[in-house]
Parts: sequence; C-alpha cells; structure tokens
Amino acid sequence: MSKPESNSVRDLLFGNLWDYSPSIESASNVIIKPRYGHFINNKFVEGENYFQTINPATEEVLSELPTADDKAVAEAVAAARKAYEKYWKPMSGQERAKYIYRIARLMQERARELAIVETMNGGKPIKESRDFDVPLAAAHFFYYAGWADKLQYAFPGSEVSSLGVAGQIIPWNFPLLMAAWKIAPALAAGNTVVLKPAETTPLSAMFLAEIIQEADLPPGVVNFVHGAGSTGAAIVNHPDINKIAFTGSTTVGKNIQRAIAGSRKKLTLELGGKGANIVFDDAAIDQAVEGVVKGIYFNQGHVCCAGSRLLVQENIADVVIEKLKHRISTLRVGDPLDKNTDVGAINSAAQLTRIREMVAIGEEEGAVKHESRCVLPDKGFFFAPTFFTGVTPSHRIAREEIFGPVLSVLTFRTPEEAVAKANNTPYGLGCGVWTEKGSKLFKVAGQLKAGIVWGNSYNKFDPSSPFGGYKESGFGREGGVHGLLSYLEVR
Amino acid sequence: MPANYQVPRVPSVDQISVEERAASFTTRSIKTESKLAGLKMVAQMIDLTTLEGSDTPGKVEMLCRKAREPGSGCPPVAAVCVYPTMVPVAKRELAGTGINVAAVATYFPSGQASLAERIDEVKRTVDAGADEIDMVISRGEFLAGEYGKIFDEVAATVEACGPAHLKVILETGELQTLDNVRLASQIAIDAGAHFIKTSTGKVTPAATMPVTLVMLETIRDHYLKTGKMVGMKPAGGIRHSKQALHYLVMVKETLGDAWLDPNWFRFGASSLLNDVLLQLEKAQTGRYHSERYLSMS
Amino acid sequence: MAENVTKTPSSKSEKTNPSPRLRVQKTYKLYIGGNFPRTESGHYLTATNHKGEFVANICRASRKDFRNSVVAARAAQGGWAARTAFNRGQILYRMAEMLEGRRAGFESILVQQAGYKSAAAESEVSAAIDRLLWYAGMADKFVQLFSATNPVASSHFNFTMPEATGVVAILAPPNAPLLGLVSALAPVIVSGNTAVVIVDSSTPTIAMEFAEVLHVSDLPGGVVNILTGLRSELIKHVGSHMDVDGIFSFGSSDDERRTITIEAAESVKRVEFIDDVPAEKWTSNTMQSPHWIVPFVEFKTAWHPMGS
Repeated sequence: MSKPESNSVRDLLFGNLWDYSPSIESASNVIIKPRYGHFINNKFVEGENYFQTINPATEEVLSELPTADDKAVAEAVAAARKAYEKYWKPMSGQERAKYIYRIARLMQERARELAIVETMNGGKPIKESRDFDVPLAAAHFFYYAGWADKLQYAFPGSEVSSLGVAGQIIPWNFPLLMAAWKIAPALAAGNTVVLKPAETTPLSAMFLAEIIQEADLPPGVVNFVHGAGSTGAAIVNHPDINKIAFTGSTTVGKNIQRAIAGSRKKLTLELGGKGANIVFDDAAIDQAVEGVVKGIYFNQGHVCCAGSRLLVQENIADVVIEKLKHRISTLRVGDPLDKNTDVGAINSAAQLTRIREMVAIGEEEGAVKHESRCVLPDKGFFFAPTFFTGVTPSHRIAREEIFGPVLSVLTFRTPEEAVAKANNTPYGLGCGVWTEKGSKLFKVAGQLKAGIVWGNSYNKFDPSSPFGGYKESGFGREGGVHGLLSYLEVR
Repeated sequence: MPANYQVPRVPSVDQISVEERAASFTTRSIKTESKLAGLKMVAQMIDLTTLEGSDTPGKVEMLCRKAREPGSGCPPVAAVCVYPTMVPVAKRELAGTGINVAAVATYFPSGQASLAERIDEVKRTVDAGADEIDMVISRGEFLAGEYGKIFDEVAATVEACGPAHLKVILETGELQTLDNVRLASQIAIDAGAHFIKTSTGKVTPAATMPVTLVMLETIRDHYLKTGKMVGMKPAGGIRHSKQALHYLVMVKETLGDAWLDPNWFRFGASSLLNDVLLQLEKAQTGRYHSERYLSMS
Repeated sequence: MAENVTKTPSSKSEKTNPSPRLRVQKTYKLYIGGNFPRTESGHYLTATNHKGEFVANICRASRKDFRNSVVAARAAQGGWAARTAFNRGQILYRMAEMLEGRRAGFESILVQQAGYKSAAAESEVSAAIDRLLWYAGMADKFVQLFSATNPVASSHFNFTMPEATGVVAILAPPNAPLLGLVSALAPVIVSGNTAVVIVDSSTPTIAMEFAEVLHVSDLPGGVVNILTGLRSELIKHVGSHMDVDGIFSFGSSDDERRTITIEAAESVKRVEFIDDVPAEKWTSNTMQSPHWIVPFVEFKTAWHPMGS
C-alpha cells in the first residue's frame, strides 16, 4: 500500500457540526435498595461491617452491603450443602432444567432493569450492558438449562456426576455475565452454589437474587455473599466446598491455587491476559482496525481477553495507525447511561490509578502516546482512549496487563516474528489474526498459545463457545460442552 | 486502453465485520435537537426522485413543487431526479430555486447500449439543462472483469457531462460482493466521478448500510491519499427518517463533518421526504402526525 | 529403593562352580534428550530386589538433572506436537512392538527383582503392551472425541479443539513398575506433550530398561526423559520449575499434593493427581481413559466470520 503524498493530505474533521443530544436511559423505574444483605436460602439476610457501593461515573453511593466473614460464609455453604443433598442432587435433570430456564426467562423480562443497574454500578456504557452483557447472560442460562437433562450425552462412554457445592468468585468487569457463566453450568451439572460478587459491583447479583426468588428455586441452591479478598479466602478455604471457580487477576488466582493445595477441591481459573491482535498486510484493513478498536476499547478495556497489544506488519503500520487515530476520535466517552456513549467510566478509583501509573510508565519508557481528544466528565473515573506507538516487547506496557483503554502498538515483519511476539508473554487467553489468506490464518492460529483465536474478528462471545486460557491465563473452560467438564466428575 | 489498464489495488472487505460496523451506527440514539437538526439536514440532502414509466409532466410539476416547498418548516431538497425527457419540465419548475435538476442517463437503468449511444444521451440531457447526471456502469462488463471498460465509460461520461456533475451508479445489488463494491467505487473515483451512488432503485437490494459504508471508506481513503473529495449517494430503499439519520451517523463517523453537506452527500429517495415531514411535525408539535395532512410526493 | 543400602548378593552358582563366568553387569543411567547420561551429581542409589538383596546402583537424579530434562523436553515439544496424529500413533505402536519383542526380559525383572509370580509378570507386561496399543490408536481419535463445532448465534464458524499443553512432569506410580509407568506416560505424550518422568519405585531398573525400548521406537529424543531418584527431594523442584506446564502425579500423599501445588501455582501449572492402586489393579481397563489425556491438553477455540 503506497504512502499518502504528504503535500496533498488533508485530515478528517470529526467535530460538532451535527452533535448527538444527550440520550439518557432513564433509571427512574429501577429501584436500588439502600441496603442489601447476603442472599442465603433464598432470603436476604443481614450481616456485619457494611460497605458502600458507588456509581463510578458519579461517585454517588448507590447502596450498602455487609461483609461476609468465616461465619457468614459457613452459613451460606451449609445452606448450599443442604440444598444439594435435599433438593438439587435428587432432582431429575429435566426439573433442574426448568428452573434454569425460568431464570433465563425472568432475566429477559427484567433485561432493561438489569442493564441499568449494571451500568450504574459498574460504569460500562448502557449500550453494552443492554446489547451485550444482559442478553448474553440470559443466553448462558438458556444454553446450560438444556444440558441439565442431557449430561449423559455430553461425554459418551463416560459416567458423570455432580461435584457438590461450588464456591465461585467473580470480577467486576462483567458482573452479571460472569455470574451467569459461573452459575448456569454449575446448576445444570447438578451442583449448588455460593458466589461472591466483586466488592465494587455487587448490585446486579442482588437483582439476580431477586430473580432466583421469583423463579422459586429451592432455598440454598444459589447463595450470594459479599465482601472483598477475605471473604473470597473464606470461601476458598471452607472445607465443605468441592469446587472453586475463580475469574480475576492472575495474582489472586495463584493464591487460590496455593490455598487449595493438598485439598481435594477441583479448581478452574480464568485469569489475566495480554492478548495480541495481529494485523497482516493482506488483511481487510478497515475491518481489522475496527476489530482492534473493539478489542481494546470495549468495556473500557476491562476485559481479560482484551487485544491490548496490536502487532501490525511493518509495511502497513503507518496506514493502520492513521486509521486508528481517526477511529478513536469518534469514540464518545462519558455518561455510561447515555445511549450514545462508547466508552464509559473506569470501574474504580483504584483501577484508574493503576491505568494512570501504567501510562506514565509507558511514557517514561519512551513510547509515544496518542490519546483521543475527548472532554472527560468532571466527576467520576474516566480515562481517554489511548494508544502507544514505538513499543517493543521489553516495554512494561507490552508485558503487563493494564486492564484499561490503553493499547500498545508493536510491529513485525514476518508471520514467524508475529507468532513469536504474540506468544512472548506468560499469558495466553485471546488473540486476533487478521489476514485474507486462509492458509496463513490457519497456520498462525495453530501456533498461537491462546485459548481463543479470533480470525478476522475480536471479542466475540457465545454460550456455546468455550472460553479460557493457556499458561498463566488459567485453566478450565467456561461455555460450551467443555464448560461442563469444570462442574462434573467424569469417569 | 483496456489492454493495459492497471486495475487499482484495493483492500479486501470482510462482509460480516462490515455488517456489524454498519449495524453499530443504528444504535446511535438521535433525540430532540439533534433529531430536528438531522431531519432538516436529511431533507436538504434529498434527490427527490421519480423514475417511472408512467411519469408525466404533471407528475414532475407536482414533485418540483414539493421540492421547493415541502412544508412543515422543512427546507427545500437538494435536487429533483427525473428521466431525461422530463428535464425541461423540471428545469422550468425549479428555475431560480437553487434546486438542481438531476437526470438519469446512459440508458438507465440497464445501461445496455453502446458507449456512443450512452454518451450521446448524456450530452443531450446536459444540453436540455440537467445540472447533474446519474449514470449507470455496465455491470455485465464489470462482472466479466472488463474493468478497463468501466474506467473508460466513466471517464468518457465525465467528459461528456461538461459542467454537469456526474454521479456514478454502481448498482451494488448486482455486483453482490463488498469486494466488488470497493473495486467498482475505486474505479469510478479514479475515472473522475463526482459522486458514487449505490443503486438505480430498480434492483433489490438497493442501498444498504454495509454497501454504503464500504463506499464511504473508499471515498475516505481516496481523500486522505489525494486530498480530493468525492460525494456519496445511497439510493433506493431509504424510506424512513430513522434510516436516513442512521446514514447521517455513518457519514459523520466515517468521513467527518465535511461530508455532512448536500454537496457531498445525497439521498436518492421518493417517499423519504414525507416521512421526514411527519417526524418534523412530531418534533415540533409533540403529536404523532398523519400523512393525510401532507401532500403526496 | 533405598539409599546406598548394601547387602551381599547370594549366588548359588558361585559355590558350585569353581570358575564361574562373571556376569557383565549393567550400569543404569538416566535418559535425557535421547541420551543416557550419568547423573551430574555423581550420587547414586542402590536398587534391591524384593528380598532386599543388591540389584544395581542407579542414578539419584538431582535438581540439575531435572533441569536438563526440562530443557530437552521443551526443545522437543514443538516438533513432537507438530507431527501428525497418525505419526504419533505409529510411534506409540512401535513402542508396543519393541516391548513385545523384549517382553521376556521385563518379565524376568518383575519376577527376580519385584517378586512377581511369573503369571503376574506376564500379565503386567501384556497389559503394558496392550496399553501402549490402546493409546497408539487414541492419537488420532481423542481430538475428535474432545473437539466441537459450536453453533454460535452469529455469522461465525466456531470450533474448539485440544492441543498439547507443553512439558509435563510425571511422578510415576510407585506400584506396577512397568505398567504404571506406561499408563502414566502414554496419555501425556500421545497428544503432543513431552514428559519428564520421575521414577521412585521399588524396581527402578525396569524404568531404565523401558527407556531402551523408547530409544529404539523412533521416538524423538527429548519427548520422554526418565529420571530415577528420590521423589521426596525432587518434587519441590518439579513444582517450582517455571518451564514445566503440567504435573501428573500418582500416589501422592496429601502432604506431597500440598507441596507440589503450592509450588506449581507460581506458574499456574496444570496439576492432576491420581491415586495409586495395587499392581494387579493396574491391568484393569479403568486405568486407561481418554479423560487421562484431558488434564494436559488446552482447548483452543477459533472464530471466523462466514461471509462473501
């Protein structure tokens, strides 16, 4: 591709000639209670040491929740154990399926409400919670509901049985969706659940708890307890839990693996990532740029499989970078409840600090920063979509997960170099490959050490599609028939 | 010339990703002031069109009146688009209004005539007073790989247009693939087209957002490379204001502010204007309106 | 196996024959990267038979021997995984052929060193051969058993398939010195992993005899590396080595499980524990399963748009 003739180049102006008026999703019909409890035996129960949860876009307090200590966790586990023995284990798969289907249907009925609370508590754009998180979460329940009475066909020739009580710990980036990813397969496989939502985003789980009440699940089949790391540790260390499923940081994942050492608990981990989006010079270039944008700026970059490294073939780097600059200048950053917002609020003050630190490190290390010239709101936690050029594999911004809207651009010359650079990380979750040459795509996809390879696409998810990592991105899969392996004893 | 024509290298296009991107524009929520401003902009970008075998001077007069004074506080449209035989009527009816007369030439809609015959029609139509010519390319030749002939016919038509502006209809519904759309767009632009246009309106599918996006991206890349602006006209199938606003969103976010201008973006449509009027009434009165209060178009 | 235990071997023939032919004794070394080196440490252990009599000195593999084995296994892994499933199946089949050809020697070791009755020895060797055959046939089947095309709700073709995890350390079962080893090894390498096997059984010599079978089976050097030594002093290093991707451990106590897992967590290793069973139970078909392959494969899911 020839370079533009510099003397005749003009730039595109993405200005305000015709601007979009605010189009704010009304939260008036969504009732967030000033206080929630733990959810044990289908009841909200009071606890101790209440902490506040806020709207990261406004820093306003939305509600308060108790912190579960060992005792509260033990109550929840006891409820789950009793429900497992008394109701869920003896129940036929078909009846279990009906309950799970009910949850899915109720989620669809209350979809708008769920989307609003997810956006208010987590900071993600309403567009995403409405069109992605909530429908996909409901779809997960639909998908796994259908497995509940077909488990004997999942792994032909094998005998399968449930594990017992599953302790599940989920992150703040997709609070409702991660709850669905955890709860749906666990229930379908015949297990009962104690789940801890992330301490910054506990509210959509409380709406899900109401749905579970409405669905009239047997008491104790699904329990929620609140709190931060110490609550998580109480779950991990509880002796009557048979299975731990964790999604979150690699550091915490390692701690959990250590903590269950010597026990007979089964473990699955979905941890961090530093995904590479590889763009070859024969790619459908405009769609590749779109995929790069989707790969890193979706959900403010709070995505474990984010394509946080762009590996672009050297001979098209200038063109791709120019297109990237234009594209990010059309991203609308602001009020997450505005239906036209593309990039919402950073989930917490702590995460914003982390992103700022990493960006400062990128600049100190000599990478060139490009950021979209958008006006950020005065209140709340916001960060402009940013990318760095002039990044090499030794830069910290090319190695460490930033978990924010910050992309590192590296170049390569040959497919071999692209693969080597893509794999040059302890992580192995998502990767993208952009080329119109099928044989090259297959070869590179085969060589990438990553659990998901998106060919000419990025950040696609589906309940039937297994998701999970290689290497330090964790082990076990969620989604699809493979997701059942995490919740069944297979012989 | 065709023997040594260098077919332009254009990037591949991935259909599914383009469709996703195009769909993403439709999630923009255009309300209140921006809706009002957008509707007026849409109206000003309309090539109010009648291309029927049954067209008569009376029908064209009626259309021109509507073009001049749409009512409901709506500004006049950009152009009236008719068959060559109707150009004198339209010219007379629109004299002094600033509204252009556009005519479909080159043996619209099939283009099945010799190049000489097509060029001759263009010249006659321009002589009759057309400000803009909407030509069709020879889709058969394109699909047969005779890209040089497409270049030549567009270049010859540009020349035949003289002062008139040329819109090149690719008839994307017949080209089928987005790769073809991208290549045909580039050839037309290279040959000097002032506008590229999706469809005649006689073939289904006519204008779609994915097709239009690919054409806009071709225009954008050409502009960034050469500094030369080319206009875009989706035509056919755009009947509702909401659709038209989605197209505007796509233009705004693909090409930027410079193209939010009737000189650079048009809608080829017949029933769109009345829907814009209904929406304008709603925006201004707060009532959902009825077509019985609007004049036909 | 005990540390430098010596007990005078008794030999009747020495008493009855005044000038017996002196048997040439075999020096048992390690098997690393397709070679048979001595342990770099110079330490050795004494293998005894079931009566406690001296059999041979065997290498007491060190942390550095383990490290060298991991290097060899890592170097071999890409090439081994890149071979066709058909070819890996052929090589496992070759291993079965080679073992069949040398079965008398293995039976004799089991009888003389492990105290097996001859029928039991025959049974274990037969089962080991059959197990290799079973996994040989699995090489081009397990991918189909555990792959899926996934009906996603968008215009994408989506499929999931297993790939080898990488380098797997195997703590071989203490029981059934031949069959246990084969049963632990085959499911790991059949998918394209390479292995470092640590043998700490009552009859460690048989593992090195088996290394010779591997050596003549067209198995590329480094795919299987076998170390004899003390499991108790090696497990910490096995767990902590950052270039080991998985650990397959048989017969671990809770303490050993804890040690291994705590160390393994630093690089998020895949760790699979299986309880050891008495030797005669190892012949059961329940001790072979496609689900023994699964812990050391990674499921890769690929998406691609379907358009025109």
